[in-house]
Amino acid sequence: MDTDLLFIFTLTVFIGFELISKVPSMLHTPLMSGTNAIHGIILLGGVLVLTDAGTPLEQGLGFTAVVFGSANVFGGFMVTDRMLQMFRKRKP
Amino acid sequence: MNSAPALLILGVSVLFILGIKLLASPRTARAGNLAAAAGMLIALLALHHPGGDSVWSLGWTFNRTLIALGLGLGLGLGAVGAYSVKMTAMPQMVALFNGLGGGAAALVAGLEFRQPVHESEPIIGGSLLFAVLIGSLSFAGSGIAYMKLEGKLEKPLTFPGQKILNGLSLLAILGLCGYLLSHPSSSPAFLILGGLALFFGVAMVLPIGGADMPVVISLLNSFTGLAVAADGFALHNLAMIVAGTLVGSSGTLLTLHMCRAMNRPVKNVLFGAFGAGAGAGAAGNSDLAGRAVKPIQSDEAALLLANAQQVVIIPGYGMAVAQAQHQVRDLSEALGQRGVEVRFAIHPVAGRMPGHMNVLLAEADVPYDQLCEMEVVNPLMARVDVCLVIGANDVVNPAARENPESPIYGMPIIDAARARTVIVLKRSMATGFAGIENELFHRDNARMLFGDAKATLQSLVTAVLAS
Repeated sequence: MDTDLLFIFTLTVFIGFELISKVPSMLHTPLMSGTNAIHGIILLGGVLVLTDAGTPLEQGLGFTAVVFGSANVFGGFMVTDRMLQMFRKRKP
Repeated sequence: MNSAPALLILGVSVLFILGIKLLASPRTARAGNLAAAAGMLIALLALHHPGGDSVWSLGWTFNRTLIALGLGLGLGLGAVGAYSVKMTAMPQMVALFNGLGGGAAALVAGLEFRQPVHESEPIIGGSLLFAVLIGSLSFAGSGIAYMKLEGKLEKPLTFPGQKILNGLSLLAILGLCGYLLSHPSSSPAFLILGGLALFFGVAMVLPIGGADMPVVISLLNSFTGLAVAADGFALHNLAMIVAGTLVGSSGTLLTLHMCRAMNRPVKNVLFGAFGAGAGAGAAGNSDLAGRAVKPIQSDEAALLLANAQQVVIIPGYGMAVAQAQHQVRDLSEALGQRGVEVRFAIHPVAGRMPGHMNVLLAEADVPYDQLCEMEVVNPLMARVDVCLVIGANDVVNPAARENPESPIYGMPIIDAARARTVIVLKRSMATGFAGIENELFHRDNARMLFGDAKATLQSLVTAVLAS
C-alpha cells in the first residue's frame, strides 16, 4: 500500500469541498445527478473483478456488478444531460 | 504503472474536476456533464489490470463476453430509464442509479475479498470492509428512498425499540468489522456483515419522512462515492479513487448545504427526531382546525392576478404531482403580456430534491432568469400584490418563523404571508409532508383556491386571457 494513494485521496477531498462551495440551488439536482453518474466509475471495478472471476458464482456476481455499474454510468450521464438540456434563456 | 496510462488517468481526473466545476453554473452545466462523461469513457478505455496489462489487450475469453454483455445490458437499462422517466420522477431515478452504484461497489468489494491479497495488507482489508458496508447500506437505503418517493411508503415508519434495534445492529457491524480485521479470511462473517449493512440501510431510511428524501439521497450519493474510492484503494485504481472521493466530498458538502436550507442538523434528519416532534407540533396547532378558511373561485382569482402589478408564484411538490408546470408557464406568459411582473420564488427544498422546481419549470420553458431564490424574493414581498402558492405548504408556513413549538421552527421560509393577497392553490386542506397545520391558510389576506392544479391553472389562464 503506497502512501501516494493516501496523498491523492486527501487532496481530492479538499478539491471536492472547494468545487461545491458556490452553487445556485437551481443546479443542485443536476449536480447531484451528475456526481451520481461519476461514481458509476465503479464499472471499472466491476470489469476488473469479472476479468479475474474463476467460478460461476464469481462470474455471476461480477456480471451483476458490471450491469449495475454500467446502468449507473450511462443512465446517470444521460439523465443529467436531459435535465440540463432544458436550462435555456428566454428565446429572443 | 508506466507513464502513458498514468498521464491518461491524470487527464481523466482533470476532466472530472472540470466537469463538476462547470456543472455549478447554468451556462456551462451541460458542457460540464459532457466533460465528465468524456473522462469516464477515457477511464474505461485506459483501464489497466493492477498487474500492469491493459484490460482490453488480453485475449477473448468467456469473462470478456460477460463484460461486453453486462456493459450492453447496463447501457440499455440506463438509457431506457433516463429517457423514459418523467421530469417529475427525476428524484426517484437518481435514487435508483445511486443504489445500483452502491450495489456494484459492494459486489466488487465482496469479490475482491475472495482474493488472498488483503489478508497480508490490513489497509486493503479495511478498505474492502468499508466498501461492502457503505455500498450495501447505500444500495438498500436508496431502494427504500425510491419506494418512498414513488409514494409506496410515504409515512415514516416507526415502532417501539427501533432506536435500540438500530443501535444494536450498528454495534454488531462494528464488532464484525473488528473480527474481520483480525480474521481476514472468514467468508461467513463477511457475508453476515453485508447482510447487516443491507438491514441497516433499510432501517436507517424507513423512519425518515418523504420530505427529507432529498437529504437522504444526497447523503447516500456521497456514501456511494466513498465506497467506490475504497474499492479503488483495494484495486489500486487511481481513477476510481479520484472520482469516488470527489463525489464523496462534494456530496457531503451538498448534503450540509441542503440541511442548512432547512435549518436542521444532519443528525436530526437521520435519527428521526422529526417524526416525534411533528406529532407534538400538530397537537399544539389543533385550535386552527376550528378556524374557517376563505375560499375563492378561479374567475375572481384571475381578476386579482390580471390587475396586479407584481405577482410572485411559489411552486411546490403539488405542482410536480399535478404535472402542472406547462400551465404555470402559460399563466405567467399571459400575465406578462398584460404587463404584470411575474417572478417565481423557489425554496431550496421545495419538491423532493433541491432544485426540483427549477428542473420542472425549465422543462416548461420558463426562462431561468425569472426564477428567484428565497433570499432575493423575501425582501420584496411586502410590495407584491398577489402571491400564488401552487401546491407548496411547509415552505410557506409562517409557524417556522413565529411558533417556537413548531417542529419546523427556524426553517427559512418564503414570506408569502407578507404579500397583499395570497392565493393558495391546493387540492384539499391536507397537511404537507411535515404533517403540520399551516396557519397561513387561515390568515385574513389568504384565499384558498381548491381543485386540481392543472385544471385550475388552465381556467385561470383562460380567464386572464379573456379579461
